[in-house]
Amino acid sequence: MTELFHLTVTVNGVRYERDVEPRLLLSDFIRHELGLTGTHVGCEHGVCGACTILFDGQPVRSCIMFAVQAHEHELMTVEGLTPQPTEENLHPLQASFREAHGLQCGFCTSGFLMTLLPFLQENSSPTEQEIREAISGNICRCTGYQHIVDAVKLAAEKMGGRS
Amino acid sequence: MATRYFGQRIKRNEDLRMLTGQALHVDDVDLPGMLHVAFYRSRDAHGYITNIDISAARERPGVVAVYTAEDLGDYWQPGPLLVPPPPNIQRLTFNQRTQVPLAKDKVRFVGEPIVMVVAESRYIAEDAVADIWVDIEPLPAVVGLEQALSDQAPLIHEDLPSNLAAHVIQEKGSYEAIVDQADLVVKRRLLYDRGTAAAMENRGIVANWEVKSGQLTIWDTTQAPIFIRNGLAGMLGLSDHQVRVIAPFIGGGFGPKIMMFYQEEVLLPWAALRLNRPLKWIEDRQENFFATTQERGQIHEAELALTKEGRILGLRHTFIHDNGAYNPYGLTIPINSQANALGPYDIPNYYGEFRVVFTNKPIVTPYRGAGRQHGVFVIERLLDLAAKELGLSPIEIRKRNFIPADAFPYSHDIIFQDFAPLTYDSGNYLPALEMAAEMIGYDEFVKEQPRLQAEGKLTGIGVVAYVEGTGIGPYEGARITVGASGKVSVATGIGTQGQGHFTSFAQIVADELGVDVRDVYLVTGDTDQFHWGAGAFASRGAVVAGSAIHAAATEVRKKILKLASQQLEVAEEDLELADGRVQVKGVPETAITLGQLAVRANPLRGAVRPGTEPGLEATSYFGPESGTTASGVHAMIVEVDPATLLVEIKKYAVVHDCGRVINPLILDGQIHGGVAQGIGNAFYEQLVFDENGQLLNASFMDFLLPTSLDVPRIQIGHYETPSPLNPLGIKGAGEAGAIPTGALFAQAVENALRDFGVEILEIPLSPNRLFELVYGGVEG
Repeated sequence: MTELFHLTVTVNGVRYERDVEPRLLLSDFIRHELGLTGTHVGCEHGVCGACTILFDGQPVRSCIMFAVQAHEHELMTVEGLTPQPTEENLHPLQASFREAHGLQCGFCTSGFLMTLLPFLQENSSPTEQEIREAISGNICRCTGYQHIVDAVKLAAEKMGGRS
Repeated sequence: MATRYFGQRIKRNEDLRMLTGQALHVDDVDLPGMLHVAFYRSRDAHGYITNIDISAARERPGVVAVYTAEDLGDYWQPGPLLVPPPPNIQRLTFNQRTQVPLAKDKVRFVGEPIVMVVAESRYIAEDAVADIWVDIEPLPAVVGLEQALSDQAPLIHEDLPSNLAAHVIQEKGSYEAIVDQADLVVKRRLLYDRGTAAAMENRGIVANWEVKSGQLTIWDTTQAPIFIRNGLAGMLGLSDHQVRVIAPFIGGGFGPKIMMFYQEEVLLPWAALRLNRPLKWIEDRQENFFATTQERGQIHEAELALTKEGRILGLRHTFIHDNGAYNPYGLTIPINSQANALGPYDIPNYYGEFRVVFTNKPIVTPYRGAGRQHGVFVIERLLDLAAKELGLSPIEIRKRNFIPADAFPYSHDIIFQDFAPLTYDSGNYLPALEMAAEMIGYDEFVKEQPRLQAEGKLTGIGVVAYVEGTGIGPYEGARITVGASGKVSVATGIGTQGQGHFTSFAQIVADELGVDVRDVYLVTGDTDQFHWGAGAFASRGAVVAGSAIHAAATEVRKKILKLASQQLEVAEEDLELADGRVQVKGVPETAITLGQLAVRANPLRGAVRPGTEPGLEATSYFGPESGTTASGVHAMIVEVDPATLLVEIKKYAVVHDCGRVINPLILDGQIHGGVAQGIGNAFYEQLVFDENGQLLNASFMDFLLPTSLDVPRIQIGHYETPSPLNPLGIKGAGEAGAIPTGALFAQAVENALRDFGVEILEIPLSPNRLFELVYGGVEG
């Protein structure tokens, strides 16, 4: 049996300690050890972007990282966007996706949201081309992207006043 | 009925769960003591299994069980035929050879499962798969479609005389009788190659046998949970009510998730019963490239006979369809191809013949469009080429051949995939074409084109039309219940993969019962909630389940009015339903809420009148006699880079007619997504198999899906000819976007490359392939 690694990590502001195998993927750790199943796994080779999370504020693909790499780091998953969500208190990015019909099956959505959060924080009024480049590493098989682009424009407007 | 919600761009009820990570997907199911499954799959496309050594795998710590075909005993059976061939096609032969749970003596495609490993974790299960040794004596692989039919081809199913899976001839009028009268006959060979649906969620199954309650629960990424339940109960010898199949939120379906049965669907429940522990198997992306069904390989020979005015006299159309190694889905795809070659056109004479072949490749079942693409490609390409010969514009030749608006219902005298005669219930094609030409700016572009050409820009335009048989039977059903909270529950069996059912169905109910659309709660795809129906396929959810839901809502409305009339002592005609209450017209203070009525409809004590049924509840079914025909026109302007042959889409317009529209926002999304898949299908997505049947591009690094930079903005125009076949006047829309895109790409790219004399007779294209066609190179 492989030696276990004692991992300490903060996810959505909560500190977790777990003993994990060194080979455990970060995506499997988040989903199956922590039960945060809003992060989805679409390809397991870092192409589709469904598993994107924030790692110290930067978007990363959790399917091509090991859990141990997150030791003493801060992660954020889709569950961290709106704790105790209701229709009224949704984060403006989520609300915009709903308003513009930026999701269909919803499987890729978490990855898009986590890619877009830092993007919109850095670029509060992106052009359509900038939006399309920002999401070009996330594959959506349902929407044809048009309503996602609309949602991001809407979110930029809504988040304009916020930081 | 009041139409407060029908036809409105309502935001979706399901989004809150999906946007916050709270929607349940199969891989989210986590049960105490759960075991994990991985499969050893064949690395050879064709060969005899001579030895399987699982001893090392069995000894690995953490491995609970390792199964081969031998362990299955009598449970080892070829799967059922999911769709039998239409019994009313006269000239039809069909050789049924369906997939087996685990390969026994022979493997027939790369990825066919041979050994099932069950372990304490997926990691250990995969380690154990690497411990397994399987010796295979390889046979030459049958890869090409024509090769499959040659006398020298090795036999994939050795008890058959050849690799022929089916042979079908359907005729309308007599092509032979008119071909001599034609002024022009255009004849071509056309190719369409194989791709994969690549839903973002791979397949998965969780099976849990609770011995004390005698209940087997299965979470499955299926588009047809009811038939999975019925079939499994039969195979496992359990009563229907002991088996519950739940298809929760599915991360994209597109067709391949309706298969009966995938090998894993047969194996996991069986092993859960034996091991008495819950089991989970989640397909990984690489497995998906082999283990999930695929579609689109066909070779066509077609000829179109016309008058010098460009009127079609007849079409002769023969093709070979690649079925992969087994044929559980019958003839749905090739019959669609055969039927869709007739398109929206008045074609008096048709000879349609196809052969289906077995090949050593993954199994073929419908993927969004399901063979319709090929038929559209054939007729649209031949029309384009005929127009060129006759000096007509692509628009003009289509106008001259459209079925006129007063000719509906229009029969094509052949049998469609739903076993019903191919009859178009309604349509009006000319205005849609004119609208699309206007939206794309056809006339302006044609004037502008010479100037662009002088600047060295290779620009082209395309306009194609299509029909889509949608909303086919057999039937769907729904049960609607008003609860004590006044909220309305709708249970239907159809399942959902992102189409917005939680909203569009709620709109139908909310209008009928006068409640807020957010107070209608849909349960779908759980056989314990509703266990009649067929599933989500063939663009039929809104039409068939939507009509059943409408019928049930109408019944519940009657019950509400009847009971409220008794309770309020007011005649039914004087009552109205609004804001979740029944109120007296003009006297809204005199009212009773639906919640209060629901409680009174289910009294705890006292007597009820004879014949009273409890509750504000009704169950209804809808089974259309035949499908309803949606239609549309797509138009596109492209620019081709002369150096790289990369195609850039400058403009894309869709005019779509799916009858009355429940929710235009959702419909737009369906069309955008369909077009995006059509673009992928036309220009990016090609599975490349070598001569040994090995797939060479089984990853998203090599099999390219369109990204946000590849899919343009799509302008959509709606044109409505309501269907007479259902009370809501709706037609299906799910597949439409993906169907004409290949034909459109071909016309537009060919137009851009007109100075090179290139004919585009194949899909998918790619910059590489276009380069070969334009500048010469390896022959395809």
